[in-house]
Amino acid sequence: MERLIEILEELHPDVDFESCESLIDDHILDSFDIITLISEISAEFDVTIPAEEIVPENFNSAKALYALIKRLSDDE
Amino acid sequence: MKKRRIWIRITAVCCLIISIFFLQKLLMPKYVTSIIEGSLIEEYYREKTPHDVIFIGDCEVYENISPITLWEKYGITSFIRGSAQQLIWHSYYLLEETLKYEKPKVVVFNVLSMKYNEPQKEEYNRLTLDGMRWSMSKVKAIKASMMEGESFLDYVFPILRFHSRWSELTSEDFKYLFKKDKVSHNGYYMRVDVKPVTSVPKPRKLADYRFGDNAWHYLDKMVELTKKHGIELVLMKAPTIYPHWYDEWEQQIEEYAEKHDLMYINFLELMEETGIDLTTTDTYDAGLHLNKSGAEKLSVYFGKILQDTFGLEDHRSDEELSLVWQEKVEFYRQMAESQYNELKEYGYLKRFRNNN
Amino acid sequence: MGDNMLFTSYSFIIFITVLFVVYYLIPRKYQWMLLLAANYLFYFLSGPKFLIYIMATTVSTYFAGNKIGSLYNEQERYLSENKGSLSREEKKEYKAKMKSRQWKWLLACLLFNFGILGVIKYANFAIANVNYLLQAFGSDMQLSFLKLALPMGISFYTFQTMGYIIDVYRGKYPNEKNIFKLALFVSFFPQLVQGPISRYDDLSQTLYKEHPFSYKNLSFGLQRIMWGYFKKLVIADRILVAVKTLIQDPETYQGAFALVGMLFYAFQLYADFTGGIDITIGIAEVLDIRLKENFDRPYFSKNIVEYWRRWHISMGTWFRDYLFYPISVWKPMLNFSKFCRNTLGDAIGKRVPVYISTLVVWFATGLWHGAAWNFIVWGLANGIVIIISQELHPFYEWFHKKFDVKNKFGFRLFQVVRTVLLMSCLRMFDCYRDVPTTFRAFWSMFTVFNYNELFNGSLLKLGLSAADYAVLLMGLVVLITVSLIQRTGSVREKLAAKPQLVRYALYYCLIIVIIVMGAYGIGYDSSQFIYNQF
Repeated sequence: MERLIEILEELHPDVDFESCESLIDDHILDSFDIITLISEISAEFDVTIPAEEIVPENFNSAKALYALIKRLSDDE
Repeated sequence: MKKRRIWIRITAVCCLIISIFFLQKLLMPKYVTSIIEGSLIEEYYREKTPHDVIFIGDCEVYENISPITLWEKYGITSFIRGSAQQLIWHSYYLLEETLKYEKPKVVVFNVLSMKYNEPQKEEYNRLTLDGMRWSMSKVKAIKASMMEGESFLDYVFPILRFHSRWSELTSEDFKYLFKKDKVSHNGYYMRVDVKPVTSVPKPRKLADYRFGDNAWHYLDKMVELTKKHGIELVLMKAPTIYPHWYDEWEQQIEEYAEKHDLMYINFLELMEETGIDLTTTDTYDAGLHLNKSGAEKLSVYFGKILQDTFGLEDHRSDEELSLVWQEKVEFYRQMAESQYNELKEYGYLKRFRNNN
Repeated sequence: MGDNMLFTSYSFIIFITVLFVVYYLIPRKYQWMLLLAANYLFYFLSGPKFLIYIMATTVSTYFAGNKIGSLYNEQERYLSENKGSLSREEKKEYKAKMKSRQWKWLLACLLFNFGILGVIKYANFAIANVNYLLQAFGSDMQLSFLKLALPMGISFYTFQTMGYIIDVYRGKYPNEKNIFKLALFVSFFPQLVQGPISRYDDLSQTLYKEHPFSYKNLSFGLQRIMWGYFKKLVIADRILVAVKTLIQDPETYQGAFALVGMLFYAFQLYADFTGGIDITIGIAEVLDIRLKENFDRPYFSKNIVEYWRRWHISMGTWFRDYLFYPISVWKPMLNFSKFCRNTLGDAIGKRVPVYISTLVVWFATGLWHGAAWNFIVWGLANGIVIIISQELHPFYEWFHKKFDVKNKFGFRLFQVVRTVLLMSCLRMFDCYRDVPTTFRAFWSMFTVFNYNELFNGSLLKLGLSAADYAVLLMGLVVLITVSLIQRTGSVREKLAAKPQLVRYALYYCLIIVIIVMGAYGIGYDSSQFIYNQF
């Protein structure tokens, strides 16, 4: 989880990712960020997030994203 | 409360419809001071007394025959139901409509429009059709005249056709919103100016001289309709030399008249008898149309034929009719006088300057 | 294509009027069937022979969806039956096997339907290019062009339907079991003219349910439709005359006139497209069907990325969800990303793959807009501008640190104007004949100094009279005012709170203005009525 926050903060240093729950809805993360994020996650956690999982519910908060990563790595 | 709201809505919709109706009246061309051809058809509905003779056709009737002269000379009551480039199906449906209002003894059809088998120009169709009152005849006339890309709705709601006039409205549109001035003399379009024929353009050769099936079809219908009502149908060709009347056409009409036992008079062959001289006094646009002088000459000659052949009554002794017609004669004189004055002042008729 | 069923034709207006009445007269459970019948009638009226295409798409997609769906069922059954006996590896293997079977059906469906679209829309473009190459290499051989007419709305319904089948494959929702309901989703007629591209999970529920009549839906829907007609007829179709004059003769209209043409086209496109969408959404609203908004006041965007998030939203999200994301997270792409990082360094390396995906998406977006190089160049130009603005991020950050203007009105206005001008420049590719002409016209804006001619009456020779300009100015003011009001919520809701008299006066004006000032019909030219018998 900490590593994930770090990755996110690298993208947008000015956002409080611990508490923000509307990263997509408020357009904080755009599609560029999402792709960068996915490739970072793939390098860091060895998890590939498939396109169908790129929905606001999974990316609106760091917590949700972390849950997604966990679910996918359990599945693998 | 609920009831009240519904009433408000209904009132609002009514207001909207009424305003659109007014706007439509306002936006339609008035055809009073220029392009007066557009007023000819609707002036028929002002008539209160019946007519012995109805003329139908294009400019070869409404500029070439003077019903006032027919009255003054022979006591014949007549009306011209003609308009700009009036096609034969316009003429047919106008006749059909006229027969709903009255039963003339004679109907005269000018045959020039036999040359058109298809609708030619939407704008000209409008000049005839917009003036007609709503009836099945009008519906059929519209259907027969619509060109590609046109919509029937544009006739039902002319505002859809003329809405873009909003930026060109003039005081005339407001002045004649509800009541228009009379512009014709029982359908006759008066011109007193003179422009003689100087040269006659050589007629173009045509690929096919036969009249089209559609044109024949309506002529047949015309014959049938007049027969059914016991009306005499007379065919005429006006004595104007342009557009050219081909010998091949003449032959077809002659044969047709003979076959159906119709009177057919080609006034082009009777120039001497009528006394019409296109090279000096009797045309205002070099042979396309007759002017007042020419129209009166033609009417004097034609009126005699009509009266002798069909025994048309002389109504001048009828007091009631005389009263009505006296007014028409007066209007005729006034207009002629004002045109002569204008001609004297400017050397041409200013009021028609935009027209040609 | 049949023009008889465009939004601005009488037949279309009669068609929807009749539909509205019948829709609420019949029992509610038949409403969706009536809609389906209306769609097919609509399609039939705009060109009977095109029915075959939309039916092919519907049937093929239904079939593929069925196959994919039953594979999902089979998988579920198998996994629950063998819950205890399968190891993790075996499960994974089984799932992968099933996925690849589903993938085959998906692929077949995509190839078939994009194939139809490709042949109809792009074959002649491809042939033209091949012929050009053949000629360039000195060959005498030339391919002949296909004679194919473009069925109405084929791009829209193909994309919408392919979005559906991809979602079914992804397991987002089960496939539609009723082919007639699927057919209704594919063919919903108001969308066939100008879009939007709806999603099945958004549209299906509102499409198939029973719809009781409500006065609010009727009045809100009609307001929206009227508003759309105002934009289309009073503004877009009026300015179109001048746009055509300017665009079709770029040799005459250079410099200042190229600039005028660019701005007019931006105005025309906005009014026409958003107006069309207003009509579509309004019709749906009268039918008690909710469509998603396709525009979010795009000309108020502060930058191009935001602009594309707010303009033709349904197309943008389609390309994002079904093209940009999949190719970006595609295994080889991720590997390429790793490779780039290792060789180019972290900072650059992680951006290269994203940019590649961006260019692919914009190439496709360009191609979507039309089968011509103009559109491809236009699409790629958009992609490049987006990439440049991404690359300029450090500069922006530096700028905002140094100058505290970010939330100042003046700076925001500057951003908005800049974005509008930038987008309008790019749009020049859409309207000029070809790419070199566009560049010449663009270049002339800076090299031909004829800006004084804008004030000597030349503008009145473009086919618009002073009265027309007055109407356009009025239209512009109205559009901007409405957009400003929209910032704080629905204009119609706000209007509904106003006194009845005010509301009715506004509707009244709107209707009269559309009827009288709409640029429809043959147009009145008094000289045409002057009778010269020859």
